[in-house]
Amino acid sequence: MHSTLSFSQATTVPTTNYAFHSQSPINLRFCGLRREAFGISILTRSSSGRVRLSTRGRSKRTSASTGNNGTPPKSFDYDLIIIGAGVGGHGAALHAVEKGLKTAIIEGDVVGGTCVNRGCVPSKALLAVSGRMRELQSEHHMKALGLQVSAAGYDRQGVADHANNLASKIRSNLTNSMKALGVDILTGFGTIVGPQKVKYGKVGFTDNVVTAKDIIIATGSVPFVPKGIEVDGKTVITSDHALKLEFVPDWIAIVGSGYIGLEFSDVYTALGSEVTFIEALDQLMPGFDPEISKLAQRVLINPRKIDYHTGVFATKITPARDGKPVIVELTDAKTKEHKDTLEVDAALIATGRAPFTYGLGLENINVVTQRGFVPVDERMRVIDANGNLVPHLYCIGDANGKMMLAHAASAQGISVVEQVTGRDHVLNHLSVPAACFTHPEISMVGLTEPQAREKAEKEGFEISVAKTSFKANTKALAENEGEGLAKLIYRPDNGEILGVHIFGLHAADLIHEASNAVALGTRIQDIRFAVHAHPTLSEVLDELFKSAKVNAPESTSSPISEPVAA
Amino acid sequence: MANVLQTSFLPSTSSLRRPSISGSKGKSQSLQVKAKIREIFMPALSSTMTEGKIVSWMKSEGDKLSKGESVVVVESDKADMDVESFHEGFLAAIMVEEGGVAPVGSAIALLAETEDEISEAKAKSQSSSSSTPQVVEEKPKQIEEAAPDVPAAAAAPSVPVAKAVTLGSAVHPASEGGKRIVASPYAKKLAKELKVDLGTVVGSGPLGRIVAKDVEAAAVAVPVAASPAKPDPVAPGIELGTVVPFTTMQGAVSRNMVESLSVPTFRVGYTITTNALDALYKKIKSKGVTMTALLAKATALALVQHPVVNSCCRDGNSFTYNSSINIAVAVAIDGGLITPVLQDADKVDIYTLSRKWKELVDKARAKQLQPHEYNTGTFTLSNLGMFGVDRFDAILPPGTGAIMAVGASQPTVVASKDGRIGMKNQMQVNVTADHRVIYGADLAAFLQTLAKIVEDPKDLTF
Repeated sequence: MHSTLSFSQATTVPTTNYAFHSQSPINLRFCGLRREAFGISILTRSSSGRVRLSTRGRSKRTSASTGNNGTPPKSFDYDLIIIGAGVGGHGAALHAVEKGLKTAIIEGDVVGGTCVNRGCVPSKALLAVSGRMRELQSEHHMKALGLQVSAAGYDRQGVADHANNLASKIRSNLTNSMKALGVDILTGFGTIVGPQKVKYGKVGFTDNVVTAKDIIIATGSVPFVPKGIEVDGKTVITSDHALKLEFVPDWIAIVGSGYIGLEFSDVYTALGSEVTFIEALDQLMPGFDPEISKLAQRVLINPRKIDYHTGVFATKITPARDGKPVIVELTDAKTKEHKDTLEVDAALIATGRAPFTYGLGLENINVVTQRGFVPVDERMRVIDANGNLVPHLYCIGDANGKMMLAHAASAQGISVVEQVTGRDHVLNHLSVPAACFTHPEISMVGLTEPQAREKAEKEGFEISVAKTSFKANTKALAENEGEGLAKLIYRPDNGEILGVHIFGLHAADLIHEASNAVALGTRIQDIRFAVHAHPTLSEVLDELFKSAKVNAPESTSSPISEPVAA
Repeated sequence: MANVLQTSFLPSTSSLRRPSISGSKGKSQSLQVKAKIREIFMPALSSTMTEGKIVSWMKSEGDKLSKGESVVVVESDKADMDVESFHEGFLAAIMVEEGGVAPVGSAIALLAETEDEISEAKAKSQSSSSSTPQVVEEKPKQIEEAAPDVPAAAAAPSVPVAKAVTLGSAVHPASEGGKRIVASPYAKKLAKELKVDLGTVVGSGPLGRIVAKDVEAAAVAVPVAASPAKPDPVAPGIELGTVVPFTTMQGAVSRNMVESLSVPTFRVGYTITTNALDALYKKIKSKGVTMTALLAKATALALVQHPVVNSCCRDGNSFTYNSSINIAVAVAIDGGLITPVLQDADKVDIYTLSRKWKELVDKARAKQLQPHEYNTGTFTLSNLGMFGVDRFDAILPPGTGAIMAVGASQPTVVASKDGRIGMKNQMQVNVTADHRVIYGADLAAFLQTLAKIVEDPKDLTF
């Protein structure tokens, strides 16, 4: 449920460098180690239920023995304190409990963080509505299926309620799951006051100070609003406001054509709005593989009531007031000259997200943020101003800016818990999938084709590209949704998967076969023998792997060496 | 991977004859040979493609091309494709730069057979791009391309005509006094599709913004059956024996008329005795009441009793019952025809309605009608009675359910039920309706009601 995410994805304004972080070669170096570690993890997990008590004992001992790292050994209130109860913190807390750690989580707002309350979760509710509206409105599509539907309409409040109810439900699920496992939920804003020491409390109340052997910062991010843009929450809004769907404007300008902007364009156009994209870079959807973004533009932008301005900044946006519309000043990204002025009914600022790290007390432990992000190494260990690791302090999720996705935060949290419970672990960010829930959906894992080509050139290997179309897939055709493409970028010499990109029906659900293969190091020559049910959309990937030309033999050690009779 | 498509090189054999240069020695023989300069056309890469975008030129001007070699990557509505050469030669001149868009079949580059001809081809491409095509090809041309064939003298009057249909300009309070056109994204897309010049459209959206329905209205601005503009058989400024391309407005009318063919219409006629109406008209004429207003009022009152005749079919799946009865009345204006709308004609009294009508007609003649004053009609009246036409047939304007063609009222010898023969004033009306929503019995009942109202018109004055 919380592995969906699109909301915390990085920005189209070149202020956060998601792309840079995500393809950091450091992660690649640890691939071998990570795979080895994974084997152990499987064993641990299968027996975790039975060995919880003993594990807990072990962890206590561990804390005592490693406690003499600068601070005198002492007893702590908790084994682990997590600041921030978003998806990252929640994932870390659950895993920590499973590992037998006494865990607390500090939350100053609502449990669930951005994803559950103001991000992926409510947006999926809106997108579920927009998908159905789109189908019902597509006369051509309905006719092709032999269906007759009279005019489709919607009730704005009903749609908004659906999104809000979903967020409440997921929020209470999250809260209950932590309570049931015995995680202490401490209310208030957490501040680090010294090594292994955190205070928390609400404004105007006395602060409580708690100590923990290890601390994870998981404070997430807030919508990034560039200078010159005045957000009034009514006509100039961020995703926080848009998800409440308080009104559906006739014409809305969306600043930024990344995940957030794209998803909202899907929602708004399905509900009858017209959309103007404002993109700082020269092409729309800059974060995606170029071929995918080109195809996506043909399907998601061109035939819809959407126009766009590329290569421009929205340097000034004034909310509607005194009978005047929302005014958007466009400035050429290169010449910095005024280019155009738009007058629209509303503007949605979707220029990415900025880390929420202010007031964390990082100065107390000599840590300086970089554009607000907490600097960390590949193990999420916080780095101080002098470049040294801060002991017992970790930062996961949007706050470190490595990969601003909810499920990446959760994976980072699990990785940290693995480390503090005595097992080295490094997350391979190239195996973390990402998805954009437009209709149809876009998903990806690993490198884009240009990134792969650059890497191939640098490291001196060949790459190949294989593609399959949804048009050839029986299930897609049965749904009358043949529009789509799956693309595989791989090494023909050894069959390594470098990147997979899918645009098409249920792409977000389809990507996991590829991301799991990347995570497990499965090679194409092996995965191509895996069987897919017919007829399913998963055969798009089956075809994809089969169409790749690999010059390496299958692995000799088959996972199942003996034939299994059905 | 881009698909490779063999296409696009239609030779234009005529080409240009090299001018023989007097005094040049030696080469005069070769100069006699006709140069081969071929045009490279924008290919049709899919059945729905109407224009293509040049993604990139894989060759630059002056490059040698061999047969089958890819020259250019073209983006259609579906995909990017490499286009390869059918002929050998030199890419002499690129006429549509990268990122440019060209309609299918138009020249995007010139191919010279020999290196010597490159400069000639270049000159040719310049002349054709600056002073518009000098007819360099023999292929049957598309309508737009016919324009340059018209002698300048004849082409000139068509410009004022295009201006004449301009119904004001997009005056937007925040658009620097109308210098900038404020149109919604969909309106822009539609305008491109329907070939409507946004500069000529009046916006009805918030703060005068042009929205989709304004563009649609502009395209439909001349909806009804052709009406004789002026008795003059040949309007001044028209040169006989020429082909004059449609103006934007006329193009829109043409499309609209063709579009009406997709609506299953049928017609029902009725003869109505107008003696009582004529008498009423005579009585209240001095108070400024017009016959048009009386007919509109009578129609509106009949529509109150038959809401289905005031409905329309928007999506092919449902009835749209209009909440108000807005009678559009066709009026011939210079260079076209417009349909000012009498809103809520059933509710407004006849005197106000007549005043409103006069105001609308004045505005229409001055081209100052606002969109809501000509595109909100739910039922249309077209009256050619003043020309002595006794009956005709109207084309249903797309987006409405019915239109009534009204002929002249004239004295007719009729037999009455009691076996006598007498003289009565009678007019013929003929309603064209969309049979998806309005059926024969509906129209029949409506006409019967209308006849009753006209034959006993006391309700018209309240």
